[in-house]
Amino acid sequence: MSEIQYMFADTFVIAKRNIIKIKRVPDVLVFVLLSPIMFVLLFGYVFGNSVDVPGDNYRSFLMAGIFAQTVLFGATFTGAGIAEDMQKGIIDRFRALPMSRSAVLTGRTLSDVVYNTLSILIMAITGLIVGWRIEGSILEALAAVLLLLVFAYAFSWVMAYLALLVPSPEVINNASFMVIFPLTFIANTFVPAESLPEPLKTFAEWNPVSTVTQATRELFGNIPPGAPEPDAWSLQNPVLYTMFWVVATVAVFAPLAIGRYTRFNRR
Amino acid sequence: MQSSVIHATGLVKRFGDVTALDHLDLSVPEGTILGLLGPNGAGKTTAVSILTTLLLPTEGSATIAGVDLLSSPAEVRRHIGLSGQFAAVDEILTGFENLDMIGRLYRLGRSASRERARELLDWFDLDEAADRPVKTYSGGMRRRLDLAGAIVAEPPVLFLDEPTTGLDPRSRIGLWDVIRDLVSRGTTLLLTTQYMEEAEQLADDIVVIDHGREIAHGTADSLKAEIGGERIEIAVCDTADVDAARAILATVGVGEVEYNPATNKLLVPVTGGAGTFAKVLGSLNSAGIELRDVGLRRPTLDDVFLTLTGHGTNDSGADQTSAEQGDAGTDQKVSP
Repeated sequence: MSEIQYMFADTFVIAKRNIIKIKRVPDVLVFVLLSPIMFVLLFGYVFGNSVDVPGDNYRSFLMAGIFAQTVLFGATFTGAGIAEDMQKGIIDRFRALPMSRSAVLTGRTLSDVVYNTLSILIMAITGLIVGWRIEGSILEALAAVLLLLVFAYAFSWVMAYLALLVPSPEVINNASFMVIFPLTFIANTFVPAESLPEPLKTFAEWNPVSTVTQATRELFGNIPPGAPEPDAWSLQNPVLYTMFWVVATVAVFAPLAIGRYTRFNRR
Repeated sequence: MQSSVIHATGLVKRFGDVTALDHLDLSVPEGTILGLLGPNGAGKTTAVSILTTLLLPTEGSATIAGVDLLSSPAEVRRHIGLSGQFAAVDEILTGFENLDMIGRLYRLGRSASRERARELLDWFDLDEAADRPVKTYSGGMRRRLDLAGAIVAEPPVLFLDEPTTGLDPRSRIGLWDVIRDLVSRGTTLLLTTQYMEEAEQLADDIVVIDHGREIAHGTADSLKAEIGGERIEIAVCDTADVDAARAILATVGVGEVEYNPATNKLLVPVTGGAGTFAKVLGSLNSAGIELRDVGLRRPTLDDVFLTLTGHGTNDSGADQTSAEQGDAGTDQKVSP
């Protein structure tokens, strides 16, 4: 096998290990998912009547935002997993093995795709229970899920890099919330971007969390006919703009994280 | 010395102002065991981390199985197995899954990895626990699994960092047997330990280190000759007898008699074992000195240190706990 094939093989071995761990310790999954479920219920029922959305069905509007939020939260799982691994003796074992240097990270980001697929599924079921519906075609719905997953994958690399910068798993949890909360709230996730004051409005319009939400909303058919066309180019072409972010984020943060890990290896 | 499988020259490692290793030279011929003996914080783990490519030395060079450590770390990793002080196994995975994973990462292939995992679990007496998560294992079982992990790919060079620290005596002896078995198959081994007895039992050659520096080097016998074969330790009932007892001990001792007023104990290095011991007991008895406690024992690491450095292991760097944390901490530290 060539070095590239070995890299993929090692990635799968590490990913398999992480998935076994999710399976054995499902509590982690439960807790990470509880907060978005709580958001569905809180926003859907508490604020639902006071937020003006096109089409007047807030829960239908809300779900795309919740999906985006869920996969962003999923990325903190990547960070926490890596930060925890770095603390454990097992990382010394990995570092002394003739394995691919990047596999610990590529395996982790890969296994988190599986994790995110699971969490999207659970959020979809929650959504269906509170009255959200897929109103577009199945193909478009699959495209929405796919877009959410690649977006989550890209963000996993950001969190992987952050996890390698901080000294302990406790810190990464706090650090990641400081990144995630502004990103998810200054966006069109829970309220229409148009309703925000400047300069938050401009930030929200160009925030990739907004565009992935907008794209998901469109692909699930959750934008009612007659809804006003957004002003910003990013929101008019949300799939394209989101994909640009995905590619750019992976291109920047994957090498950064791998470089950081490799340096960590041989201080 | 080209025949050395592990060959290190002038290893220096500094962490900021702290010098963890200070020009350490090591040389281990093929199929032998070198024991690196020292107290917590002496630099043992740092030395192992450097030789297993986990840490870059500040200065110095080394070859492992003829491969240069600094220029070809990836190649070195193909020849080595490492079992650390803190069992490097995944708690959530089962014993089998751990070994299978390590086999795959050593690139043994799917079926060979599985086969090897089963074989090792059987050999290390873990077959019954094979499919249980490691977190249900006892300390001894974890260490055995960790050691099994180190030899999955049958590496010709093995590094064991305090393999028996924290184990009960039975598990320790069991692990010694496994280690002897491995080396009888031609493995070259560098073993660190804080137990004189362990080094004596296993090592062909012993390097004693303190503050990252070699302070003695030789076989167990030559070291013991250097520091005196055994120790006679007595505790007198009456402090008035201390001087008389000291005089008697001085007649047989090969070193100075030490007196600890806190415990009323006297300690002297001797040679001649049981014969000398009987003679001392006889003399003390005829002098009418009443004893609270008496014993003949082999020198401990503390005695070695006392003789070689003039201070015990406890003086060598704060208290034991913080020294240990410091040693472990060097592995975890994130560099800027």
